[in-house]
Amino acid sequence: MQYPFIKIVSDTALAVVFGNEISREIITQIRAFDEAFNEEQIDGIYETVPTYCALTIHYDPGQILYGELCEKIRALLAVAHHAARISIVVMEIPVLYGGEYGPDLQKVADHNGLSPEEVIRIHSSREYLIYMLGFTPGFSYMGGMDKAIATPRLKTPRVLIPAGSVGIAGEQTGIYPIDSPGGWNLIGRTPVKLYDANRDTPILLDAGMHVKFIPVDETEYLRIKGRVEAGRYHCHTYVKGDE
Amino acid sequence: MGIMMLQSGLLTTIQDAGRRGYQRYGMGVSGAVDVHAYIYANILVGNRQNEAVLEVTLLGPKIEFTSNSVIAITGGDLSPAIDGTPMPMYRAVQIQKGSILSFGPPKTGCRAYIAFAGGLAITPIMGSRSTYIKANLGGYEGRRLLAGDEIAFRRPASCPANVESRIMEPDHFGGTYTVRVLMGPQDDSFTEKGIETFLSETYTVTNEFDRMGYRLTGPKIEHVTDGNIITDGIAFGAVQVPDGGEPIVMLADRQTTGGYAKIASIINVDMPMIAQCKAGDKIRFQKTDIETAQKAFRDQRAKYRAMREAFDAPQPASEKPPAPAAPAPQPAAKAAAVSGTGPHPYRIVLGGKTYDVTVEAIK
Repeated sequence: MQYPFIKIVSDTALAVVFGNEISREIITQIRAFDEAFNEEQIDGIYETVPTYCALTIHYDPGQILYGELCEKIRALLAVAHHAARISIVVMEIPVLYGGEYGPDLQKVADHNGLSPEEVIRIHSSREYLIYMLGFTPGFSYMGGMDKAIATPRLKTPRVLIPAGSVGIAGEQTGIYPIDSPGGWNLIGRTPVKLYDANRDTPILLDAGMHVKFIPVDETEYLRIKGRVEAGRYHCHTYVKGDE
Repeated sequence: MGIMMLQSGLLTTIQDAGRRGYQRYGMGVSGAVDVHAYIYANILVGNRQNEAVLEVTLLGPKIEFTSNSVIAITGGDLSPAIDGTPMPMYRAVQIQKGSILSFGPPKTGCRAYIAFAGGLAITPIMGSRSTYIKANLGGYEGRRLLAGDEIAFRRPASCPANVESRIMEPDHFGGTYTVRVLMGPQDDSFTEKGIETFLSETYTVTNEFDRMGYRLTGPKIEHVTDGNIITDGIAFGAVQVPDGGEPIVMLADRQTTGGYAKIASIINVDMPMIAQCKAGDKIRFQKTDIETAQKAFRDQRAKYRAMREAFDAPQPASEKPPAPAAPAPQPAAKAAAVSGTGPHPYRIVLGGKTYDVTVEAIK
């Protein structure tokens, strides 16, 4: 089958499939098509959900039928294919590494024959692309971590991981947006709320965005935490130009 | 003024049509599991489509009315009673201030829906009043209702037109449910034999059935290699088959994305049958196509529209509606399984008279 193609997901959803592997190229194509599709503002579309290899489109068949939607998608695919120039938006997330906030930092260091300081330097030196969000509200699947700090997930998952915990599982890194169980190695914590139901934008991060972790000390962590709780903290965001 | 919870029941939550537009952020849709019963309940009390109701699970709550109200209960028969007297389901009922709604043993189905004329005064979060317990979000403080909780009506003293004659044929539940499915999106993860097993065998609902999903047990469905895929989107009614080979049906509180192969999806008009299943109930899967599924979807929506209009139409003053007779019973599960072929006939009881109506699908 030649990519991209359309697949039936249910009688109220379909997927536009762009590939069969996890890669930056595919995710970039999905993001470009997602933006182009949503700009069309087609009646009867509930929402689109970008994942690693496909864009799932949830729709109301009371307003638009599968065949009609397929026609619009095919017409758009021909155009959107050439429109994949997207600027890189990077959001800086402050992190207090190690100690009680990152109980597995030493373990990650030992596993890779590094010092904790080297782990922090490596982890905070890259801009990570958010491939997709899923699992729990605001949980982001980030790609592009340095293999030098890759560490297998815990054999026995923790029952409760505090919201804001930053972890490593295999070659992936991520942040827990809400208190939840989980098996990732915890190397630090951010005072920033990735998920806040009462905020105008309840979920801070979005697929296609990049994240850069900024190491902070405990004093700075507590200062930011106070501002977050007062609703007066905004993460620094910058645009890096076209991809 | 509204209602006060005297007893919580097993799992009573506030639900509406669900939270749309946030799945890309990992936020589930939630909403009523039995969408059909949910819509019926709101139509009966004259509410608009998206009004919040109470979803009651198996063992119902005890609720005191702190003001007069008009309510309707649809879905599974969980033996509702007003001040100890059995309350008729599938019709609008006027309730006096101080009355107590209670439930008895579950007779049929799994979930009942209580709609209140004027709706419930719950602040929407991300455009919905639905409770999503896993994220402690929406509904009443993000949790199931507990004794002592008080909820006001959104538009107090609402009373729909023709309240005496807002009556519907009840849905019936029981027996073996045959639900129609669309194959895919990962039917290619299964062998020919696996697909044959899925479409010909009978599966039983296990004890693990909740708002998120139903785990079924039955003959193992054979994968080509395994049940893992690169994580992708999940629809309401998706049938996942992990490595173990037994299906899981995904419902309202499903996660937005998942990494298990989905052999098929149950079509929306047949999902109420799943919503009313409980442990031990039997399910069979029957293959259909997208045209049939979407036509059935449109037929059903046209039926809702026609019912709404019929209920709200002015009635001649001379024709005072007599006390309506109990609606005739229907064959099991017929009401939930809307036929997908040809114009769909249905029955409305209005002003004591019975109307047989046929609605063409709206193109």
